[in-house]
Amino acid sequence: MPPTDESLQPVPGAPALTFENVVKKFGDLTVLNDLNFEVERGQRVTLIGPSGSGKTTILRLVMTLESLTGGYIHVDGVPLTHVERGGKRVARRHKDVAQLTRRIGMVFQQFNLFPNMTVIENIIEAPVHVLGKSKEEARTRGKELLEQVGLGDKADQHPSRLSGGQQQRVAIARALAMDPEILLLDEVTSALDPELVGDVLQVLRDLAENTDITMLIVTHEMQFAQDVSDRVLMFDSGHIIEDAQPDVMFSNPTHERTKEFLRAVL
Amino acid sequence: MDAFLDDLSTAAPRFWDGLVVTLQLGLGGAAVAFVIAVALGLLTLSPNSWLRAPGRMVVEFFRGTSLVVQLFFFFFVLPQIGLELDPIPVGIAALGLNYGAYGAEVVRGSLAAVPKAQWEATTALSMGSVQRMARIIWPQAWALMLPGLNNLLVMLVKGTALASFIFLHDVTFVADDLRRTMGKLFSFGIGFAIYYALNQLLSSGMRILELRAQRRLGLKPESRKATKRAEAVAGVG
Amino acid sequence: MNWSWDHAAAVLPELLSAFLRVTLLVTIVSSIGAAVLGLVWAIVLREAPKVVAAIIFRILDIIRMTPIPLQLAAIWAFVITTDVEALTVGLIVYAVHYSTYMAESYRAGIESIRPGQWEAATALSMSKGRTWRAVIIPQALRATVPSLGNWAIAMFKDTPFLIMISVPEMVTAAEKYGGSTFSYDEPFILAGLIFLAASYPTAVLMRKLENRLATY
Ligand SMILES: Nc1ncnc2c1ncn2[C@@H]1O[C@H](COP(=O)(O)OP(=O)(O)O)[C@@H](O)[C@H]1O
Ligand SMILES: [Mg+2]
Repeated sequence: MPPTDESLQPVPGAPALTFENVVKKFGDLTVLNDLNFEVERGQRVTLIGPSGSGKTTILRLVMTLESLTGGYIHVDGVPLTHVERGGKRVARRHKDVAQLTRRIGMVFQQFNLFPNMTVIENIIEAPVHVLGKSKEEARTRGKELLEQVGLGDKADQHPSRLSGGQQQRVAIARALAMDPEILLLDEVTSALDPELVGDVLQVLRDLAENTDITMLIVTHEMQFAQDVSDRVLMFDSGHIIEDAQPDVMFSNPTHERTKEFLRAVL
Repeated sequence: MDAFLDDLSTAAPRFWDGLVVTLQLGLGGAAVAFVIAVALGLLTLSPNSWLRAPGRMVVEFFRGTSLVVQLFFFFFVLPQIGLELDPIPVGIAALGLNYGAYGAEVVRGSLAAVPKAQWEATTALSMGSVQRMARIIWPQAWALMLPGLNNLLVMLVKGTALASFIFLHDVTFVADDLRRTMGKLFSFGIGFAIYYALNQLLSSGMRILELRAQRRLGLKPESRKATKRAEAVAGVG
Repeated sequence: MNWSWDHAAAVLPELLSAFLRVTLLVTIVSSIGAAVLGLVWAIVLREAPKVVAAIIFRILDIIRMTPIPLQLAAIWAFVITTDVEALTVGLIVYAVHYSTYMAESYRAGIESIRPGQWEAATALSMSKGRTWRAVIIPQALRATVPSLGNWAIAMFKDTPFLIMISVPEMVTAAEKYGGSTFSYDEPFILAGLIFLAASYPTAVLMRKLENRLATY
């Protein structure tokens, strides 16, 4: 189905994500103040930084789970929630925002699988009811994705019967079933027992290897970050204090705060 | 507007009489219900099954047999065995027993919800069972049971509308009676307003009790006045 | 009191017939009505614009805090000149009255769903309607069903208020029998026992259901 509004078409050559003067406040608390950065298409960008520095907020803003206080976020060069019209910042129609967020998928720290659905029902729910795919088509693709995350035999299980690591892999498969251009991963291994982390990270490594999905990753797994990222952004109090390739960031950071942070987590 | 005020002054004495009956039933019923709820609640929590089992039976019996049936039983059958009662005490007894049985479940549930460690602590301090209940367990359960009792109080007040079934002239009776002379919209409108106002009033009263009970347990911030008073006593500020 | 088995045998069929034809009918039909309406209120209160939600909340509050006999008498007074039957008025009043309580139960059920469920639905670009239908309602229902059952039992025991508009339910039948024979004890005792026999096992069942539905 072609987009209903021409202006929703991706701008050729534009970055996958652009933060333009983004401001986010929770009441009196300013979490992000005039944040600017871009993520190129196909790039894997990891956000690191101390707890409370605003990493989750950034992902949630992109997924429209939080509303912007000021500024703009562009997806493929198209403004996501607000547009500038006659010098004024106006909110987009809900329908248009929904069109744009279809290109974005998210995996949560707490999986957030639907407990009233089986694994395969979780995966085909959105392809069938949002994208309008046929059940068979969605099911076939869903089974493929389950194989890909190593859970081909769990299709008809209920999520509550699976381990945390398995649930998180289902959640990844569910996000992939929507064929997202941009995948947001928020500390997807933080809620897992240590012995289950490896399987989930392996799935993500494969994904980075074999696809060209743009990824915005928040993680405390520094080895993983170093292996899959093209770029690492170090955050502190809502500001990017260092923006570097992983080998530079992890072996030879310039900023004192980065050194401190890495010393504490590594 | 003037016509409305005229109507109101005509109807007011009638509704006032009705309200007196409704209040007698409601407040009397609530008082009886509360006593029964506490008694049955404690009984059904007793470790002694000779006390617990009959308690449970009474609770289930009065919860299960319908308020109106109980009312009619008291009203029609008791006189046949020589127990001649006025309708108001009959109404109060029926409301008190029925909602007392429901209340017993709230009391029991709230007492049971007080953490076990609190009971054990009282044992460790060698408290007697009366002291334990009065000073430690009850104050904690009280805060828990007030929302449930509030719900039941509203239901009990609504339950008083069965008064006309035993020939009492309560607010519902008056509203229904006046509709012929004063118009349906007017008479029922006033009737609804009276019950709504009454229940809102009682509910806010119950919420104040709830807030106070929570404050006493340190669950809610002290009111500013209480803080001031405490500071004055402590000689600060 | 002098219990007579003859009176008991004579009145029992009348009670059972009124029980089946009116008491049970009202309980079942109005419970279903209340369960559907209650869900509608719960959703509207969450999704409607603030002002609309506030108005609806106030109306539901008024319905919840005023007695069923008054509501029956009021509605009956307005339709008495039409050919709407008293039983229909009863069905509607009970459904609407208890829908206000069931709406509260649904609200609690909906609020018990973790925000992550809504967020996952947003992340999958699911529509509001689909999110309610496929994700929220099925989970809320699970948490709410026992409570709905308990309100249905409460409604069941409130059906004698139908006397107010002369619908011949079971207690009316009992009173009628008592009035014509001056033997009140058998009909009322039997009516009470029928209420008990129907409501107690249902209440126990709801308690069991509650424990079983508590987790996935
Ligand atoms: N819904 C919210 N309401 C109020 N404050 C919030 C909310 N979400 C996040 N915050 C605050 O915003 C700041 C950034 O949070 P977050 O983005 O979660 O940080 P991070 O993911 O880097 O740990 C924190 O101070 C946090 O307390
Ligand atoms: Mg975070």
